[in-house]
Amino acid sequence: MGETDFNNPKYYTNRELSWILFDHRILDEARDKNIPLFERLKFLSITASNLDEFFMIRVASLKDMVNAKYAKTDISGMTATEQLAALDTAIHDLVELQYSTYNRSLVPKLAANGLQIIRRHEDLTREEEAFVDHYFHENVYPVLTPMAVDSSRPFPLVRNKSLNIAALVQKKKEKGELEFAMVQVPGVLNRIVELPVREGTAGGKSTSGTVRKIILLEEIIERNIDKLFLNYTIVCAHPFRVMRNADLTIEEEEAADLLKEIEKQLKKRQWGEAIRLEVEAGMDKRLLRIIEGALHLEEQNLYKIDGPLDLTVLMKLYGMEGFDHLKVAKYVPQPVPELPGGCDLFEEIRKGDILLHHPYQTFEPVVDFIRQAARDSKVLAIKQTLYRVSGNSPIIAALAQAAENGKQVTVLVELKARFDEEHNIVWAKMLEKAGCHVIYGLVGLKTHSKITLVVRREEDGIRRYVHLGTGNYNDATAKLYTDVGLMTCFEDIGEDATAVFNMLSGYSEPLVWNKLALAPLWLKDRFLYLIERERKYALEGRPARIIAKMNSLCDRDMIAALYKASAAGVKIDLIVRGVCSLKVGIKGVSENITVRSIVGDFLEHSRIFYFENAEHYEIYCGSADWMPRNLERRVEILFPVDRPELKEKLLHILECQLADNMKASLLLANGTYEKVNRRGKARYSSQAAFCSEAVEAAREAFKENGGETRVFIPETHQSADGIFRSAKYED
Amino acid sequence: MSVKTFAAIDVGSFELTMKLFEFSGKNRMREIDCVSKHLDLGSDTYAQGRIGNDKMDELCRILKNFADICRSYKVEAYKAYGTSAIREMENSTVIRDQIKQRTGISLDILNNSEQRFLDYKSIASKGESFRKIIEEKTAILDIGGGSIQISLFDNDTLVSTQNLRLGVLRIQEYLNHAGAGRSQMESLTDEMVTAQLGNYKKLYLKDREIRNLIIVDDYITPWAVKRTGNDSTKAVMEASEFESYMEMLRLGGVTQTALSMGIQEEKVPLMFISAILTKRIAQLMGAQQIWAPGVTLCDGIAYEYAEQIGMFHGEHDFEKDIVACAMNISKRYMGSRKRAETLENITTAIFDSMKKIHGMGKRERLFLRLAAILHDCGKYISMVNTGETAYNIIMSTEIIGLSHVEREIVANVVRFNHSRFLYDGRQMGTSGLDRAAFLTVAKLTAILRISTGLDRSHKQKLKGLRAVLKESQLILTVDTQEDITLEKSFFEYRKEFFKEVFSVEPILKQRKVF
Repeated sequence: MGETDFNNPKYYTNRELSWILFDHRILDEARDKNIPLFERLKFLSITASNLDEFFMIRVASLKDMVNAKYAKTDISGMTATEQLAALDTAIHDLVELQYSTYNRSLVPKLAANGLQIIRRHEDLTREEEAFVDHYFHENVYPVLTPMAVDSSRPFPLVRNKSLNIAALVQKKKEKGELEFAMVQVPGVLNRIVELPVREGTAGGKSTSGTVRKIILLEEIIERNIDKLFLNYTIVCAHPFRVMRNADLTIEEEEAADLLKEIEKQLKKRQWGEAIRLEVEAGMDKRLLRIIEGALHLEEQNLYKIDGPLDLTVLMKLYGMEGFDHLKVAKYVPQPVPELPGGCDLFEEIRKGDILLHHPYQTFEPVVDFIRQAARDSKVLAIKQTLYRVSGNSPIIAALAQAAENGKQVTVLVELKARFDEEHNIVWAKMLEKAGCHVIYGLVGLKTHSKITLVVRREEDGIRRYVHLGTGNYNDATAKLYTDVGLMTCFEDIGEDATAVFNMLSGYSEPLVWNKLALAPLWLKDRFLYLIERERKYALEGRPARIIAKMNSLCDRDMIAALYKASAAGVKIDLIVRGVCSLKVGIKGVSENITVRSIVGDFLEHSRIFYFENAEHYEIYCGSADWMPRNLERRVEILFPVDRPELKEKLLHILECQLADNMKASLLLANGTYEKVNRRGKARYSSQAAFCSEAVEAAREAFKENGGETRVFIPETHQSADGIFRSAKYED
Repeated sequence: MSVKTFAAIDVGSFELTMKLFEFSGKNRMREIDCVSKHLDLGSDTYAQGRIGNDKMDELCRILKNFADICRSYKVEAYKAYGTSAIREMENSTVIRDQIKQRTGISLDILNNSEQRFLDYKSIASKGESFRKIIEEKTAILDIGGGSIQISLFDNDTLVSTQNLRLGVLRIQEYLNHAGAGRSQMESLTDEMVTAQLGNYKKLYLKDREIRNLIIVDDYITPWAVKRTGNDSTKAVMEASEFESYMEMLRLGGVTQTALSMGIQEEKVPLMFISAILTKRIAQLMGAQQIWAPGVTLCDGIAYEYAEQIGMFHGEHDFEKDIVACAMNISKRYMGSRKRAETLENITTAIFDSMKKIHGMGKRERLFLRLAAILHDCGKYISMVNTGETAYNIIMSTEIIGLSHVEREIVANVVRFNHSRFLYDGRQMGTSGLDRAAFLTVAKLTAILRISTGLDRSHKQKLKGLRAVLKESQLILTVDTQEDITLEKSFFEYRKEFFKEVFSVEPILKQRKVF
């Protein structure tokens, strides 16, 4: 028998096409009749914002490759041109499904539940017309900037992702040529405008009695567009939206000052090459030709949309007051039993390592960790890596406080976190002002690791407290992303953490790592070693198993290693939320591998890796996915969890996810995903189970403490939009 | 128990390193942080005798950061040492002053023997494994940027130590200068090394068989440490095993070697040179085992500091090494062992009885012993000008464990034992001695002078000598049946200086026991 070439492209799925499948799985949630209506709106909105990002980054970079005549094929043997061609079809299908979901399923359902969306301004009643005209005059008109094009005025620059209304106009007096005019739908105004309802005047009746009506802002503008071009006759007016290339590649070698360079790039980004044009279906052909011409757009990048452009507006709709019975009750993250409210965190950590499971358990201890460190007189230094933080982050505030209290605070701020650069620069500067030592990322590498080190001088000497996590230090996303975190003062990890920050500060690497494995230097080898070890055990006939949970899997070396291990008989179960380039069920290659994806109310985000290691199982957590970018171009940390009871907890998480039959989809040999077949088994959603387990554990702890000393921490910070803006795609 | 935090800074010729330690209780020394940054000072210094402005700025910047780290740990004490790159700078005084101004760190210069002694101490701090290994014939090869140091052990005592200007950076400089390609590196280095080592072998090694070679360096050591997961007891390689690693270095490209051995790329050529040196020297000595205990100068600096503040008491007797070294020098220059022993006894008896008067301590007592042992080494060169020749011999011979100033003291004591005393410390030694050192020289000279007087005939007549201080008289009582007329007259002649220094009248009494 010949050697199997595990690198053979036919064993791999193109990552972009796999991503489309992921967006489809989210769309499936929007189509699932068992899910409350408003939640379905949210899922649909997520598919739209995901797709926007996908265009700006992935599609854009494929276009760059084509432009640069880059001929190399991807992991699955496709050239960039081939990928684009395949994507065109796939994306058009996806968009079609999005809008048919919206039009056929969600809009009628909303109407039936008392929320009517007036699609066209022509459908307004007279009274409503008066209301929107007044609204236009009072609120909208002052912020509009109409633009016309003629020989003396060039075609205006259309801002990336902005919603605009294009019109064909004709001078009233001369009845001359048709001219192009446009106006941007202002982003500062709410795109949803609710119309006043008078009892009994509504057309449809809902179970609750009154019907609420909304109309979108662009319809109001369209209706009043003649007021913007007074000397013209409006021939036609239609909304359109442009998506531009936004992949930010910085020539770091040349950039003397990274910060300045990013600021510069940000401004440039808005005017990148147009890669997608969305127009209202039925747009006047003459108008369309003008826009296409001005943007140099290729035919396949045109999307004629049957419905409102930019469905991310549905997240705003979700946020409307009322309709609570159509939303899932908001889950309140539970207190951590080991960390009663108001406890001394350092004391509790000294008692033993603590595992946190967000969002089932509150993120508050992590914030408190910094807060207490900032106030604690024994604390000498706080060091932290920050990738994405929430606006108005309590962590930033605590770090600044610590610096003001004379602690040595070192913060590595990753400016290159996609789409967050502008945001990051602002608070990085603020931290600097407060006296923190801010490191603005590393040249050539993104720092994606999530680690905090608190150095404390105690009676018996220096003791280091470390928090390691799989998720960002972002208190807002911590309510929506599932992540795990470890708090420990174990000396080996403390030493490694110190070494991590020394390295990030530009000092040499340590001679030896005790526990941690870091990308880009050591992590991949460690993973490959761990997989290989299982393979060896399998060949020796000893128990061998791998369970790995991550967001994306598309690294060729990792996949080849998994294939090799599977071929040797290692049982491999993968829980991969998004992109997965691995194929299952290939004879002699991947028969022992299963892949499932869980898409639920919370965004699956934790990375947990289980290796059976011949009955002495090892469990690791980390910040890295098995993608080339994570393993080779980022600073990532993998940490082992050693304490038996914590290992059990992590194994429990994995086992529950493998048992999930509500939100899990299985990857089939034909490359598609299918919801897990329940076959008469009881319904089981792992996310729901974790919620109730956390509630139960907190209640138990509350009872044990006599219900007195415990203070429940109210969750106050909630801003749903903006979190989901990038939720299901980026990490 | 109070905890002390200490920072050890090593400004090496290739790298700046700072290690932070915590001392708590007896013999508990814990490394809490270690930062190092590559900065090639050596190439500049060895080639031009000074460093450029860019390097100077970078040096200050790094040291400033070190100082910040120290502050963040609330470090109570630090010690910063520069080694050969700083030492060999023509303008090192100016540079050090600038560093002090710009970073607040006072940088001291370690002379070679001090540096080697610290390295040696750091090896000794490995305790049990060190003791075990030196039970057999052992040599320490300490590879630096500018030079290497070879020290030999005999019966768990250090007996000789030699400095050879074969440091890795220096060799690399030569190789670069000669435009040597990678393929020539080994043969050229070999040639260079063999020439110098030939002499070394003839003079010092003779037919001593060495079994173990301990290496201290910044190149092989990190790799060895990594390989063993920082368990120094495991870092022992058979010579044949070492040869196979050599092969790896010889054949692999720089990047590949760096990857497979887990070291930084810029260190690969230096590691290769270091390995060639190790291999050659191991061959020369016939060493079968190579031990890389993974210690660095910073460990030694911390060890020394811990000793000073009484937080640490090592097991190894370093004084014994120093004395053994002196004896070996004396032997080489045909000094009389018996006479040295007698003199040692007499001088220490006088020293001990006079503690109240001279106010000197343990360290000075050691100098006195060394001076006694070495008092006649000058005669090897000249029977007439003994003082000056002895001074030169001592100043040109390394005695591990003595600082430069300390060696000056010993050499001057021996010198003035024979020659007319100079009352100006500035005229003593190459760079002059400060007041304290000058006084030490005077006091020790006074003691050595009367002591040599007491053994003028070199027949060791005065065996049982007792020294008792009575008010302003030092009564020296000897039990002997022999005629001590000669001694008495010399004693009278030599006691003047003693009287001048201590204002104590030494009186020699003979007690004949029948």
